[in-house]
Amino acid sequence: MNKVYIIFKKELQSYFNSPMAYIFLSIFLVFSSWLFFQRFFVVNQASIRDFFGFMPWLLLFLVPAITMRSWAEEKRSGTIELLLTVPLKDREAVMAKFLSSVAFIIIALVLSLALPITVSALGNLDWGPVIGGYLGALFLTASYLALGLFISSLTKNQIVAFLMTAILCFIFFIVSDGLVINSLGSFLGTIFKNIGLSSHYDSLARGVLDLRDLIYFGAFIFFFLFLNIKSLASRNWK
Amino acid sequence: MIKVENLKKHYGDIKALDGISFEVKRGEVLGFLGPNGAGKTTTMKILTGFIAPTSGDVNIDNLDLLADSLAIKEKIGYLPESVPLYTDMKVYEYLKFMAELRGIKKAKLASKIKEIVKVCGLEKVLKQNISELSKGYKQRTALAQAMVHEPDILILDEPTSGLDPNQIVEIRDLIKKIGAQKTVILCTHILQEVQAVCSRVIIINEGKIVAAGTPEELRAKARGQSYIICQIKGAEPDKVKEVLGVIEGVKAVFLLPKQFEQGHGYKIEVAAGGDPREIIFKKVVENNWELLSMNQEQVNLEDIFRELTTN
Repeated sequence: MNKVYIIFKKELQSYFNSPMAYIFLSIFLVFSSWLFFQRFFVVNQASIRDFFGFMPWLLLFLVPAITMRSWAEEKRSGTIELLLTVPLKDREAVMAKFLSSVAFIIIALVLSLALPITVSALGNLDWGPVIGGYLGALFLTASYLALGLFISSLTKNQIVAFLMTAILCFIFFIVSDGLVINSLGSFLGTIFKNIGLSSHYDSLARGVLDLRDLIYFGAFIFFFLFLNIKSLASRNWK
Repeated sequence: MIKVENLKKHYGDIKALDGISFEVKRGEVLGFLGPNGAGKTTTMKILTGFIAPTSGDVNIDNLDLLADSLAIKEKIGYLPESVPLYTDMKVYEYLKFMAELRGIKKAKLASKIKEIVKVCGLEKVLKQNISELSKGYKQRTALAQAMVHEPDILILDEPTSGLDPNQIVEIRDLIKKIGAQKTVILCTHILQEVQAVCSRVIIINEGKIVAAGTPEELRAKARGQSYIICQIKGAEPDKVKEVLGVIEGVKAVFLLPKQFEQGHGYKIEVAAGGDPREIIFKKVVENNWELLSMNQEQVNLEDIFRELTTN
């Protein structure tokens, strides 16, 4: 059996072995529904753009809660010594942890489909932006997750991992925000616009499927997974 | 089977290992003995591929540790010192997970786990959460994980800590049994354990090997193969030292600091192969002292250990 799949299965299972998963799913669904429906009846439009508007901010706190345990707990309890002394490549371990956290997020996103389904029952919902939005949300969370897993691999302390991840996700998201870009010159502004997560997320959430955005997210995820592998390999430094 | 050459590991300025070399053959149980902080655990972590050495070569079954790390990891079963367990899992889940990771085929999975569960006496706790287990069961679960794939090489870092005396005997018997066909490296600071199970011993201190050999060889190497404890009444200690010190085969005479009800106690170190007890008796009688007791004692590993690891 594939080693990645074995760890993937165990990691996903362990999310649901602790109350963490249920708390996460509850908060995610309750908050997003509340925030959404609060505005929905005021605006009175069959659109769920608002939902994707506050999604990044909600995830800013929820994603670090998922990733903080990942490596930090293995390091604290010493189980990392088991994981890295069985016949397993470092990159397989990293991939398995990443994929299991993505799978968990997909579960959360699938459950939240109740929102657009409700809306489409109430009015004439345009599904294009919804699909784009979900795609954007998936890539954005996967990026947050890759970053969070890397941060978790740097420390034994879950709280440190949580805070550092939240702060860095915030920075990476905010640097391409209109407010930041406009306050910088046109040169720096263009650079930051391309580096930051928010501009790429926004264009996906608008329903524009641009290959450049997908490449950006792919590169972002790959970069932090690569750093994660390197940080595991640092135990081999002489 | 395992060949280690000039292994060094530095943590910054601290030399955790300062050039150790040794060999282990198949069917040997090697005891790795040393005080806390001597470098035992560091050596085990290097052998299992968890950390890389600063310099030096490790060769296992003609495979190089760094180049063929995956092939080597398949041969090894490892019980780390910290007894790492995924505490949110149940015992059976955990063993299954580790067995799968160690590459046991699906068809054999259940039977292998069943076997090791029986050997380690885990039948009663299979469905319990690991976090609820007692220390002894946790230790045995971790031990089961190390042996489930019947590794050629078993590396155990303090395997009996936290076990009760009955379990200790069982685990030691188990290690001996495995050691008959496989290679076992056993890290410990419990001397009885080494005497009970190991066919060879390496004593390390401050990152260096200070002694190596079978337990018997080490005993023989020690200063004086044996010593005599005797209690003499009616004599000046200095006079006793003078008279007994010149006997052939006696290396030195010490006055024991312990107070006796009558007379004084002496420790007489004897040169290898000598037995001067008869002459000691005669000398005591000649000087009109009274000999209250006399015992010849073998130097044990504990004496050697203390001598080699304290300065």
